[in-house]
Amino acid sequence: MGGDTGVGDGMEQVTYPGARRPDRRRRVDSGGVSISVVEWGEPNDPPVVVAHGGFDFAETLNVFAPMLADGGWRVVGWDQRGHGDSARSELYSWDADVRDAATVLASVSADPVPLVGHSKGGSMVMYLAATMPQRVRALVNLDGLPSGAGMSDVSERERTRSIRGELGAWLAHRRSLVGKERRPGTIAELAERRGRMNPRLSPEWLRYLVTVGAIESDDGWRWKIDPTMRFGGFGPWDPDWSMRQLPGVAVPFLGVLGLEPEVMGWGTRPEDLDRYLPPDARVVALDGVGHFVHIEQPRRVADLVLEFLS
Amino acid sequence: MSGDRITFLQHHRIRLALHGLADGERGDLRPLLLLHGLGEATPAAVPPHVEWPGPVVGLDFTGHGHSTIPTGGGYTCEILVADVDAALEHLGPVTIVGRGLGAYVGLLAAAARPDVVRGLVLVDGPGLAGGGTEPGSPSIVAPPPSAVAPPDPFALVELARDPRPPSYVQTFVRFILEESDLVDPVVVDTLVRPPWVQAVASEPGVAERPLREALGRYAELD
Repeated sequence: MGGDTGVGDGMEQVTYPGARRPDRRRRVDSGGVSISVVEWGEPNDPPVVVAHGGFDFAETLNVFAPMLADGGWRVVGWDQRGHGDSARSELYSWDADVRDAATVLASVSADPVPLVGHSKGGSMVMYLAATMPQRVRALVNLDGLPSGAGMSDVSERERTRSIRGELGAWLAHRRSLVGKERRPGTIAELAERRGRMNPRLSPEWLRYLVTVGAIESDDGWRWKIDPTMRFGGFGPWDPDWSMRQLPGVAVPFLGVLGLEPEVMGWGTRPEDLDRYLPPDARVVALDGVGHFVHIEQPRRVADLVLEFLS
Repeated sequence: MSGDRITFLQHHRIRLALHGLADGERGDLRPLLLLHGLGEATPAAVPPHVEWPGPVVGLDFTGHGHSTIPTGGGYTCEILVADVDAALEHLGPVTIVGRGLGAYVGLLAAAARPDVVRGLVLVDGPGLAGGGTEPGSPSIVAPPPSAVAPPDPFALVELARDPRPPSYVQTFVRFILEESDLVDPVVVDTLVRPPWVQAVASEPGVAERPLREALGRYAELD
């Protein structure tokens, strides 16, 4: 199995075992925002559409997607607006993201397609299935089932304080943005920064990601992601609103949970899902695996998905 | 001063139009900031029923009036709150009259800056109800194609459906009531009472009185 050779700092070769960059690239237009779509696998194989999570990008699938492609699928991914090679926009929202997703889906096939999503992408594919069930053949949610498990024991007073803090932090962020650019650095520095959000992923993987998710200019590498993006935010959102898409799912459903808690995950346990699951749903909980199930254990998760889709 | 003088403020990639509508006979009084409703823009002149002895200004929200129309939508009330915050950074202390959507956005902005927003009046206008108290059936919203002219069609479809749970709004009203040193920092003068407005109006400490009277009292304050 040949690893991809990325372009590194100077003479440094950055490779990662099993990583394969997309076989094809194209763009779709979503209301004037140019969205980058990538594909792995034979163009005539049946399509499966994969949605990345927040702060990720399509090429974080460079190990997982080729495994699905080698299993006989045309794997279609895209960069959400402001992520990866898609255009930055003035505004970002859930409505805009799912509209962009629907545009990508429309560009893939007129027939129902299986959808796979990780984290935020998992919530997105469930939402798509609820809005256009006829276009969806099966759903795979990779650790993207938000439970209120971590929020239930927070007192009203603490909750109020936290909402107020979020509002203040949001406005401070917006005021700080004028003219803001991402901070340049070496491959090692960018990898180390990302490692704070992905503490369970290996330094080798994170360095490889820099070479496909950042661009190099005279003063160093910068992540492509729009600096407008911010972890968290404020708004009247309740995890239950997302989970409500689940009981009505009428297509085959596979949920994969990573049970190791970490900063980007929801901490959802299998028992949190019981009352929401549609008939015939399957949930696999992986012990000792964190939020990025498909990156920590690509072979195991790809095999689960391939078996489920077959 | 008569007519409209526009100052442009930068909110990240958006250029916001802040209209100076009147100087007022009391130039030392803090300005009255008008926030328009969904799909509207700052009026060309101070409406006759808005009586304020000091300067009167109006902000065009993102995608409205003379402000930038962004590409491909992505509107949230939270972005509009940051629009108002950019105006507050420029203006300093103000009293706000918010119509419809502008009433909701003004309330959140006042909660964020209770020392800068000195008096807020909520009045009827487009976009007052939002999307109800919780999300409706999931849907993908896209406006019909149209000429690029304000208001942005994306704003019209996206800003009419955000959930406004009463408990959430209550949190923000309480911030204002706790932090503001005014006797009546929030006044409700709407005939229409969607659940979030009811939640505001029923909070002890929130006043209900006509706009004219509310502005008269706010104009007496330092």
